[in-house]
Amino acid sequence: MQALYAQLLVGLINGSFYALLSLGLAVIFGMLNIINFAHGAVYMMGAFVAYFLLNVAGIGYWPALIIAPIVVGIFGMILERTMLQWLAGLDHLYGLLLTFGLALIIQGVFQNYFGSSGLPYSIPDELKGGMNLGFMYLPIYRGWVVIFSLIVCIGTWYLIERTRLGAYLRAATENPTLVRAFGINVPRMITLTYGLGVGLAALAGVLSAPINQVRPLMGENVIIVVFAVVVIGGMGSIMGSIITGFALGVIEGLTKYFYPEASNTVVFVLMVLVLLVKPTGLTGRAA
Amino acid sequence: MADLKMADAATKPATATGASPVLAVQDLQAWYGESHILHGINFNVNAGEVVTLLGRNGAGKTTTLKSVMGIIGKRTGSVRFDGQEIIRASSDKIARMGVAFCPEERGIFASLDVRENLLLPPIVRPGGLSLEQIFDLFPNLKERLDSQGTKLSGGEQQMLAIARILRTGARFLMLDEPTEGLAPVIIQQIGHTIARLKKEGFTILLVEQNFRFAATVADRYYIVEHGKVIDGFANADLQANMDKLHTYLGV
Repeated sequence: MQALYAQLLVGLINGSFYALLSLGLAVIFGMLNIINFAHGAVYMMGAFVAYFLLNVAGIGYWPALIIAPIVVGIFGMILERTMLQWLAGLDHLYGLLLTFGLALIIQGVFQNYFGSSGLPYSIPDELKGGMNLGFMYLPIYRGWVVIFSLIVCIGTWYLIERTRLGAYLRAATENPTLVRAFGINVPRMITLTYGLGVGLAALAGVLSAPINQVRPLMGENVIIVVFAVVVIGGMGSIMGSIITGFALGVIEGLTKYFYPEASNTVVFVLMVLVLLVKPTGLTGRAA
Repeated sequence: MADLKMADAATKPATATGASPVLAVQDLQAWYGESHILHGINFNVNAGEVVTLLGRNGAGKTTTLKSVMGIIGKRTGSVRFDGQEIIRASSDKIARMGVAFCPEERGIFASLDVRENLLLPPIVRPGGLSLEQIFDLFPNLKERLDSQGTKLSGGEQQMLAIARILRTGARFLMLDEPTEGLAPVIIQQIGHTIARLKKEGFTILLVEQNFRFAATVADRYYIVEHGKVIDGFANADLQANMDKLHTYLGV
């Protein structure tokens, strides 16, 4: 039983990262109509910014949790202004190629300087240690990651689905021309949205640094699963991507316990099944 | 040449009034991609007037409204609003100057409820209608505030589309075929609304196929054909121009 709970926790942790990443992808896809293949690279950048902050400037985990997403978000907004904005109205393929190329370049640069091995990033003192829950031992940092991710996801959902700013966002996803004709600066909103999506990925990167270490290719493995999550949950659905992210993490964890051989493929098997039955994803709206 | 002369004649009565027009459009040309749609549109709208663009399908009426709004990518000529040149301005800047647009397809957002749809356009200047005044004009909307925008009937959607631009404080409204596809009772209600807005000092540029409806609200008409304004007359001269009008519109 101990092992089952442990896998369940690992599943929830991975689910947290999947949810944060697929949420960002969904927001970006809704607004920019771009499938952001650079998402894994910016996730990695988030972890590296936290690493630099600590080792170059002596700035610790807590400020990094805020600074890294902002720094990487600004980097993303510069990419959007200088490159992505010119792809508006073109086929998805162009956005895919450009962001994929950007991902390779960014990862290549980091690999050139830091190799492929992991750099350590330690758990902040406040979150060290663990709790004995009776049925299992819970490392505090891991519990924190799950709860904090959940709060951020729900906060983002609330922002988009329940606030005035979110109404602009949803409306601009549907008909950007008309929203602009009402006097809203839609191009600036698109830039900020890309920054938000990228910032969420960077936040996931910071959260993951103490657990998975900081590696130039850390985004590469996770992003493939995240794309499967997005496909299963349905492109462009906010709540769908959050729930699917956590659920698939848990399913993956459970598979590790019951049938470890399939744990790396279970997500993709599910993706195939969902696509066969419901090609737009579980909660997706038809494009 | 004949076309040009008539267009000049059409703009004359407006400029002769002395006061500078709210909207002055001169030699407006516009393109959708490679296709040249507007070939030189000339007309004026004075403060407090309801001016209607008439013409057959595909004549360029909607494109004219969209060009004034800044939605059409490639446009040349001159569009002056409140004396300022806006031919190169982006549509969000034009909206901020007090121009509001109600599109032909109504543009109600499916992912927003009625309240969100109503509150979406930002206030661009003081003096817009309050929510109370809007519900007074369109009582139906008040009961459906929590419905999804696109679950409303066609008539309610049209009312919502007009209502939301009345809140913004824009005093210049462009309505593109507000009666299209609606039942006679609703058309009447929209006619009353336009009459009331006019009385409250709004300036309205209307595009209509329904010429009988236009006749109940308009001060002046311009006829658009093949991307040009080919004629114009005041509502008082409507009867005298009836034969010409039938030829233009093919009715």
